[in-house]
Amino acid sequence: MSKITTIIKREYLSRVRKKSFIVMTILGPILMAALMIAPVVISQISERDYEIAIVDDTSLFYESFTDQSNIVFIHLQTNVDQVLSLMRDGKFDAVLHIPEIAFQAPSSLRLFSEKATNLNAKMLVENVIKQEFESLKLAAAGIDEEVLRTIETPLNIHAIRIRKDGLEQTDYPEVSMGLGIVSGLLIYIFIFLFGSQVLRGVMEEKTSRIVEIIVSSVKPFQLMFGKITGVGLVGLTQFLIWIILTFSIIGLVRVSVPELFKFSPDEQVYVNSAQMLNPQELQNQMESIQQSNTTAGELLAGLAAINFPVMIGSFIFFFLGGYLLYGAFFAAIGAAVDNEADTQQFMLPITIPLLFSLIMAQMVMNNPSGNAAFWLSIIPLTSPVIMMVRLPFGVPYTDLALSATLLVIGFLFATWIASKIYRTGILMYGKKVTYAELWKWIRYK
Amino acid sequence: MEYLFRAEHVTKHYNQHCALDSVSIAVPEQSIFGLLGPNGAGKTTLIRIINQIIAPDTGNLLLNGRTLKPEDVHKIGYLPEERGLYKKMKVGEQAVYLAQLKGLKASQAKKELQSWFEKFDLMPWWNKKVEELSKGMQQKVQFIITVLHKPRLLIFDEPFSGFDPINVNLLKHEILNLRKNGATIIFSTHNMGSVEELCDHIALINKSRKILDGNVRTIRKEYSGQLFQIELENMVSPLEDMLDNRFELIGSTKKNGILSARIKVRAHLSANELLKQIMTGAQIVSFHELIPSMNDIFIKNVTGHFPFKQEESAED
Repeated sequence: MSKITTIIKREYLSRVRKKSFIVMTILGPILMAALMIAPVVISQISERDYEIAIVDDTSLFYESFTDQSNIVFIHLQTNVDQVLSLMRDGKFDAVLHIPEIAFQAPSSLRLFSEKATNLNAKMLVENVIKQEFESLKLAAAGIDEEVLRTIETPLNIHAIRIRKDGLEQTDYPEVSMGLGIVSGLLIYIFIFLFGSQVLRGVMEEKTSRIVEIIVSSVKPFQLMFGKITGVGLVGLTQFLIWIILTFSIIGLVRVSVPELFKFSPDEQVYVNSAQMLNPQELQNQMESIQQSNTTAGELLAGLAAINFPVMIGSFIFFFLGGYLLYGAFFAAIGAAVDNEADTQQFMLPITIPLLFSLIMAQMVMNNPSGNAAFWLSIIPLTSPVIMMVRLPFGVPYTDLALSATLLVIGFLFATWIASKIYRTGILMYGKKVTYAELWKWIRYK
Repeated sequence: MEYLFRAEHVTKHYNQHCALDSVSIAVPEQSIFGLLGPNGAGKTTLIRIINQIIAPDTGNLLLNGRTLKPEDVHKIGYLPEERGLYKKMKVGEQAVYLAQLKGLKASQAKKELQSWFEKFDLMPWWNKKVEELSKGMQQKVQFIITVLHKPRLLIFDEPFSGFDPINVNLLKHEILNLRKNGATIIFSTHNMGSVEELCDHIALINKSRKILDGNVRTIRKEYSGQLFQIELENMVSPLEDMLDNRFELIGSTKKNGILSARIKVRAHLSANELLKQIMTGAQIVSFHELIPSMNDIFIKNVTGHFPFKQEESAED
């Protein structure tokens, strides 16, 4: 077995066998699945009804308020002060007071409550009263409400992209946006998570002084490369286990508690069509049901339109590429400093391009084929995050290939530079390292 | 003489700073070679160059007469001065790992390690983490790792630091054993006592230059300064009268009728001349040459003069 393989094996096994790795690997998917399932569960838990007493001095609106799923209205025709004292006794949660002058001075409306105001209740009340006031005003102006309703036009434009091969494809920017930001963020987190593991590993070897024993057997570059690769494989292992476990947990919950995942008949059509394998057929199905758009349906259709093999493949590639690029720098920093505190000053230049990509992600999402998006997804320092943000919107294969090639060149170059800093740094103790010093190390033969 | 290792005119610069200036050493086969010098003289740089951790700017390195190649790391065992192990890794596993990096197969390494661990009473610690071991035990493990792959050339940098006297003895015994079994050893230390005890040859490096080298006995002889210690009784005449201007009396004390004196003999004269001069006038109780210790020679070469209490220290 070659020495690099031996090093990779040690770096990999020593991390994978750690308790913290096993705990994170198992807890991660449970947390992720919980994040996905929790909203569904919470929305189904019925809270105690929120009771609002209405004191309507104008007597105009008693009919307007209808009970909602968890907001109940109680109509009272007594004095406000009396009602308020009833509220204090805990008879109801809030009191809505509509004074005589409400129509002329809407700001005189009051919603009293003893605890913090329930935002849903406030919005509901506001909507109802607004509608009532508007129809009163319409009536006063002599406009028929029915006429107005026919004028109102619900609108949701279907964004259709004409592809190079002439086929039309519906875009779902909202879905692409969500998917893009999630995968971009994941890459960002992974690079930092495993990059700092490289940093700590190198520092451990330097401060424990085992490094001099090792470099008398292997070249410093072999040690650095073995460590970066080993930690990278740990990251990949964790990612794959997470993906598999997350989907298994969601699947399990779906089978065991199917009522959580009931779709409205409308949505069911989308689900069925999303599960179909033939893309053309799927496309046709999509077109046929787009007349009756619902948000959930749009989401499902959007997800179905994403090319997941390309997404996951690219994710793994850009994660590895980005990690190797930044991992080399992390290793160089670990070698250059003597203690954790000194890492800060050198972390900045690494953090900035990563953070910058995350900030630019918003701009890229607004215009995924713009110049900024193109360049940021090509330049190796920002491309891992930005390309993942861009990818769900559809990226030409030429861009993808160019970005991938540059990323490979980028991490080879970074590894070359880093190895020069690394081989000098690991044997250098008790010296305050500056950027000028690092530059000298790079230029050593 | 057969030389296992030679360094010829090795020079190394770190920018403006010169770490080694045309240093040459020749290490005879199956000997213990002391690499001496004050802190910062360039010893560690030279050792790292021999280990191919860093490359010299100029100069040749020859192992067994052939230029040193990267594969030769398997033939060299190195125990650095600043040494450590992975604290969280198990002792046995770690030793096998480091042996694998030296080119041993895992199974073979395990077998060899077990016999060494038995010898050093470390077997019960095989499955313990390194951080659970005492410092002395960690040092033993490091020593074993250094010699495990049976290198022909061993480099020990301050091997005894951190060992208690019992383990120092154990280690000395093992080092002499290794030489007996054919290994050649480069031994870097500040402990001059152990140099006299162990080393056959030395090289002294100061301010990145080699300033002295050769066989230990020859060097001490060279630095002897023609100083003799003599004890006399039943003297016929005072000692001063027996000596002419070829000899210089440095000091004398009298105790229980025995005169103990220190006499310096002019260069090129042998001890016999001195004895001839005294024999007739007194009975000689004892006579020996005062040979300076390696410690004195070290300090003389580095600072330019013998240590303040040269006479006293010369006696032990």
